[in-house]
Amino acid sequence: MRVVMSERKAFNREVREGNPRRSLRLWIGFLATCFFLPGLFPAHARAQVTFERLVNAAKEPQNWMTYSGNYSGTRHSALDQINLTTVRTLAPKWVYQTAATGKLETSPLVVDGILYATAQDNRAFALDARTGRPIWMYQRPLPGDIRPCCGRVNRGLAILGDKVFLGTLDAHVIALDAKTGAVVWDVVAADYRTGHSFTVAPLAVKNLIVTGVSGGEYGVRGFIDAYDADKGERKWRFYTVPGPGEPGHETWEGDSWKVGGAPAWNTGTYDPVTNQIFWPTGNPAPSNRGEGRAGDNLYSNSLLALNADTGKMNWYFQFTKHDEHDWDATQVPVIIDTPIDAGGKHLIVQADRNGFFYVIDRTTGKLISATPYGKTTWSDKKDAEGRPVANNQASPTFEGRTICPGALGTTNFMAPTYDPQTGLFYVTARDQCDTFSTAPQPYEAGHAYYGSAYFPSEEAEPYLGFLKAIDPATGEVKQKFQHTSPTWSGVLSTAGGLVFSGDAEGNFIGFDAASLTPLWHFQMGGAVYAPPMAFAVDGKEYVAIGAGSAVYAFGLP
Amino acid sequence: MSRRSLAGIVVLLAMIFVSAAHTADDRNPLAGDAKAAKAGEYEFRINCALCHGLGARGGGRGPDLTRAQKKHAHSDTDMFQIISNGIAGTAMPANGTNGQGVGMTDEEVWQIITYIRSQEVKAPAKVLANAAHGKDLFYGDGNCALCHMIAGKGGRLGPDLTAVGGSRTREAIIDSVRNPSRRLAWGLTEATKEFPQEYESVTVVTADGKQIKGVALNEDSFSVQIMDAGEHIHLLDKEKLRSFQKSRESAMPKYDADVLSDKDLEDIVAYLISVGAK
Repeated sequence: MRVVMSERKAFNREVREGNPRRSLRLWIGFLATCFFLPGLFPAHARAQVTFERLVNAAKEPQNWMTYSGNYSGTRHSALDQINLTTVRTLAPKWVYQTAATGKLETSPLVVDGILYATAQDNRAFALDARTGRPIWMYQRPLPGDIRPCCGRVNRGLAILGDKVFLGTLDAHVIALDAKTGAVVWDVVAADYRTGHSFTVAPLAVKNLIVTGVSGGEYGVRGFIDAYDADKGERKWRFYTVPGPGEPGHETWEGDSWKVGGAPAWNTGTYDPVTNQIFWPTGNPAPSNRGEGRAGDNLYSNSLLALNADTGKMNWYFQFTKHDEHDWDATQVPVIIDTPIDAGGKHLIVQADRNGFFYVIDRTTGKLISATPYGKTTWSDKKDAEGRPVANNQASPTFEGRTICPGALGTTNFMAPTYDPQTGLFYVTARDQCDTFSTAPQPYEAGHAYYGSAYFPSEEAEPYLGFLKAIDPATGEVKQKFQHTSPTWSGVLSTAGGLVFSGDAEGNFIGFDAASLTPLWHFQMGGAVYAPPMAFAVDGKEYVAIGAGSAVYAFGLP
Repeated sequence: MSRRSLAGIVVLLAMIFVSAAHTADDRNPLAGDAKAAKAGEYEFRINCALCHGLGARGGGRGPDLTRAQKKHAHSDTDMFQIISNGIAGTAMPANGTNGQGVGMTDEEVWQIITYIRSQEVKAPAKVLANAAHGKDLFYGDGNCALCHMIAGKGGRLGPDLTAVGGSRTREAIIDSVRNPSRRLAWGLTEATKEFPQEYESVTVVTADGKQIKGVALNEDSFSVQIMDAGEHIHLLDKEKLRSFQKSRESAMPKYDADVLSDKDLEDIVAYLISVGAK
């Protein structure tokens, strides 16, 4: 409707300024717009991103409106123009240089022809998704003493209504006008000087903007927040480390809960049927020293099922108890419903940093299976619930002990994909072992709090990087492609029978989803730390990904 | 004097004062502070030990920082600058940019410098070895210069060793000569990703049946760049090759004690250190 209005304004201006030929053209354009809406200009007809649109994202595969493309977290696109046949002619359509340095981890959104993305140092921008030409650019002035753990990174935006939402390195949550990039509201979630920051792409649910804090390396007390999208008022906060009197508090020794970590720095998923948010949490602090925080350290390294309206926890599942290896469980938890003839199960699955692939009943939070999908030495038995538990060779020592996976994990923040066509879950994985050393370290506010160091293991094999396809029914790795070296790229699957991912050498690669044979590749000239996504404008499909310091979009000739 | 020029003088004096204060701050404000050194040790373990080793004694990649004589930094302010900005053309990254550890505040950088100073061995170990003889061996019977270059003289197949004496520990150099494949087997960590060469040995057979043996200059999933023993560079597409074999056995022969005595090896190391410390 807005376009109609603006055309009308233009029309009136033209009439006033007296250009009869243009006036006639505008008249025709205006009338055509009125008569043929929404058929002719569906992309421009709807400016508002409603919650209903987010729930029904499958109905508009041309758009990519949440971090993982839908609430289930599958990062699967129903677009199929780019397919097993046409992918061989895929070519770059545009490149947008962000001018940012460091790791570009953003996952763009596309709504009605406009691409919204972020870059390091809290840059955000909107581009014409057909051409890559900027519509607006925003960069937050950051204080000089911010405390980002692992690069000045950001993983993307949420969109709702006419606003996009950004978490910042100085621990603010801000809303930007989606049309101009102007700040609509700006709230302080926590004190950045004590190590709080946001790197996560928020998730819009109903009228709430849900986000999780970073700072596990600084001994923050982690939390997941929900803010009113209109005004920025905080509606609820769930502390991932329970305080005195709360269930789970007893899993922390003494006052260790106050600096217990359990950040929540990757985007969760949402089940509209049960109105539950599934959000994963990170390592307890200090990350590589368990002494002083005896107990399971709930709810670190867990998957939390929270009521979206209240933030109250329905259930939790802890992947790694009392972690001493920095194995954040902050991987995207993917919602999968098995067909009725396969039991009609409501599942949530996660390829965890600790090297196991977990299948969980998302109604109850009960573990169904846990299967290694990479090299692991820390666990060789399971508890009564079937959860892998640490063996007596898993704890770091002062001199150092070699443990697999290493500190970076079998996977990390790299977004996975679930392809309903192949029924396979695809994830970027690495085989790497590290020597973990631990030493006492007192907590000091605002200073890094690891209690540790880690090294490449002298005895270890070279680090290997893979794209792996896992059958969620069995946990079995069905296919794998070995990269030249480990990559930090996420993975996209499409209805074209393809899986896309990037590598550390700068290639963007299109694979046959069934065999993981590379069918096409393009050298982007910079390492990939971002996940790919797909969208369509004017009936043409694109795939996009960040590499080096630029965002690339590829399409067919 | 007008009010405006008075204000100007006040501003000028303030600027001089601030500038003087800044100069004063350029010295390590925490020098000799034992508590700061302890805090610096925690920071060192998180941010530096991956390459420089526990206790700053040097790892396989980073130099031994307990040496009082450092290649790139003499004063504390030199060290502050290097930790903050890295060393261009080396694996030493700028503070907070390498994806390992965290970004450090100025105070934390000073703490690390205080810690490193507290670990320094003041008197360098007396070098008994004969660097001149080491040089003769390097360019002569040791055959090192066939593949390695020092200050522009020597071969290109192996790593340039001009700086190695300043950036690797004596033990690491000796280990590299006795067990040349060991460090190759490690692979690289993220911190050194911008220096992709791993010196893997590669053997390929091209579509027309020609065999090429050499060292990988670079490689990705689709192409490989190889230098052969004649220092010719071959640019190859993997899908067009009849075979491609890569090995983490170094192209460098293993120098056992019966090939190169401990004494001769010490002389070569003394030569490398004498060059590398310059």
